[in-house]
Amino acid sequence: MANSEKNAMEELGISKEYQYGFHDDIEPTFKSRKGLDEEVINQMCDIKGEPDWMRQYRLEAYKIFKQKPMTKWGGDLSQLDFDDIYYYVKASDRSERSWDDVPDDIKKTFDRLGIPEAERKFLAGVGAQYDSEVVYHNIVEELDKIGVVFLDTDTAVKEYPDLVKKYFGTIIPSADNQFAALNSAVWSGGSFVYVPPGVKVEYPLQAYFRINSENMGQFERTLIIADEGSQVHYVEGCTAPTFSSESLHSAVVEIVCMKGSRVRYTTIQNWANNVYNLVTKRAFAYEDAQMEWVDGNLGSKLTMKYPSVYMMEPGARGDILSIAFASKGQHQDAGAKVYHCAPHTTSQITSKSISKDGGRSSYRGWVDVAKGAKGCKSHVVCDALILDKDSRSDTYPVIEIGENDTNIEHEARVSKIGEEQLFYLMSRGLSEEEASTMIVNGFIEPLVKELPMEYAVEMNRLIQLQMEGSVG
Amino acid sequence: MSKDLTIRDLHISVQGKPIIKGLNLSVQQGEIHALMGPNGSGKSTLAKGLMGHPLYEVDSGEVIFDGIDVLELEPNERAKLGLFLAFQYPTAIPGVSLANFLRLAVSAVRGKGANGSEKDGLIPMREFRRELREKMQQLGVDDSFARRYLNDGFSGGEMKRAEILQLAMLEPKIAILDETDSGLDIDAVRIVGESISQLIGPDLGVLIITHYPRLLDYIRPQFVHILLDGRVVESGGWELTQVLEAEGYDPIREKHGIAE
Repeated sequence: MANSEKNAMEELGISKEYQYGFHDDIEPTFKSRKGLDEEVINQMCDIKGEPDWMRQYRLEAYKIFKQKPMTKWGGDLSQLDFDDIYYYVKASDRSERSWDDVPDDIKKTFDRLGIPEAERKFLAGVGAQYDSEVVYHNIVEELDKIGVVFLDTDTAVKEYPDLVKKYFGTIIPSADNQFAALNSAVWSGGSFVYVPPGVKVEYPLQAYFRINSENMGQFERTLIIADEGSQVHYVEGCTAPTFSSESLHSAVVEIVCMKGSRVRYTTIQNWANNVYNLVTKRAFAYEDAQMEWVDGNLGSKLTMKYPSVYMMEPGARGDILSIAFASKGQHQDAGAKVYHCAPHTTSQITSKSISKDGGRSSYRGWVDVAKGAKGCKSHVVCDALILDKDSRSDTYPVIEIGENDTNIEHEARVSKIGEEQLFYLMSRGLSEEEASTMIVNGFIEPLVKELPMEYAVEMNRLIQLQMEGSVG
Repeated sequence: MSKDLTIRDLHISVQGKPIIKGLNLSVQQGEIHALMGPNGSGKSTLAKGLMGHPLYEVDSGEVIFDGIDVLELEPNERAKLGLFLAFQYPTAIPGVSLANFLRLAVSAVRGKGANGSEKDGLIPMREFRRELREKMQQLGVDDSFARRYLNDGFSGGEMKRAEILQLAMLEPKIAILDETDSGLDIDAVRIVGESISQLIGPDLGVLIITHYPRLLDYIRPQFVHILLDGRVVESGGWELTQVLEAEGYDPIREKHGIAE
């Protein structure tokens, strides 16, 4: 897989150098005032030049948001102040920050990860953007030939209004939850992907390629439509710590997997430790379609994220692989939800969490089998690794079964790094830290091996960093 | 100059219970010793204690390796000095391939980071791969071993062969083999025995701990010791194994007044 990926990239004339180059054109700036009301939304629509239907959609969503009470389950949101947040900042404004403002520990981490200079600035919100336009341009041209649309969602609203209108908010309606409502009111950026029937995109579409937009924004909105028999892998996020002065990230990702299609969506999230990361991700999988979420959560103060798959027609399959690393001061409330709405549908949830230095990780999962959905299979595995006595791990599984003819398995294991494992590795010359790191890396291997190669390498290095100084 | 491991009046207890009670033994690089004893005589306690397992409490005595008292050292520091323990029950490390693990271990033991190898402190991949392939061929270990997760789902025989492969790669000066033949059928004992015999030479001292003489047919020890109740009660040559084979441990117990 990694090789064909690489070849495909080479064919497109994409080299690492291009990927990381950057320029710093200064664009006009705009920042809304703090807090949210209809005026802020209208202002945003004006600046974006959005069609009226989207303005109405936003205002409607805002009404719903106002009516929703503060979310009480999951993690502690009591410190989250909706009035103290900028809801619309144009991407180019992020260059206002100076490199000197970036905290030392973040700079140090960039160093240790070997992140190229230009990329660091971008990730820290200092640099303007990558000069990825050339790369992006090549990709879009190539994708164009096979009819694939890969745009930022703002542009898609203008260029593909019919497609967007048809699906936007149908998988995750504004009223779904408080943060879906908020995102629907104030969303900016995110990706829009359409893959025509039978088309297989051979390399992962990376959010990185489409960087000259508000990709790393707080309220991005992604919509992926995989038409019949098509195949696509989308990758978002990065392993480097994503520094943000804003304390709320609330994205919505909607995916439509039509008959016989196959979609994989990979996320590596490593927000700075002041960020509330509250994301709604959901896919509808129709007949014989397969949806896979690969979801890695390392950063943030609190993450609440439960990628879900609704299996709408027979033969649909949903796979969710989720991993969480909770360190000091962090709560990773992550998990997965699968809804077997049709007979003979299959799901697999694999959740792995690591808690360290007083960090807390929770698995929150939901397996639902509708009445009459005969012959469904679901297999859930939750593995938690707790590295010290101050750390915590919980599981909150819910299983709702409305049909007798089903096969549901749930396994949960909590383990500590064993003395025997440590002794064994140390007897071969590894220090205690090297040994623990190796055990943790082995623990998350099922996720890492699903990642594109460059992500896998960074992921291992990141775990190594997280483990440093954790022993003795 | 050849290195030696000298154990003097060693006492080890486990959870407050004395197991090794004044043991003396010395192994030189290039020598092969067998330490034989029945179940419960303290064989595995000695093996783990020598390597520095945290649950095995050394109450008194000395373990000197190459002039250094190793009892204060962490297990990894002992490994770096050239001590090796082949485990009776190797631990599985899921998700970590044997090759990845061995590359880190070999680099650590040889101190590769220090003298001008790759900047990440690891022995260069190409060099490592070549060496691993050579050793695997020499020991008749299947190529797929390198990619498999360390001891995860290994059969008893595979685990022991993986231990011997690690021994071959880490090139210790003194290797302790803790019941390497246990749980193996006759064919597996032969394969493991032949593997070990290939590694024997003037640079390797071996202490084979076993309660069966079978493995010793492949690795003729020059020195044989009998361990009873936490002490070496008899030392001799090959003939001692013959005595044991014929008469068992009872006459020796009787002679030393040790109850079963």
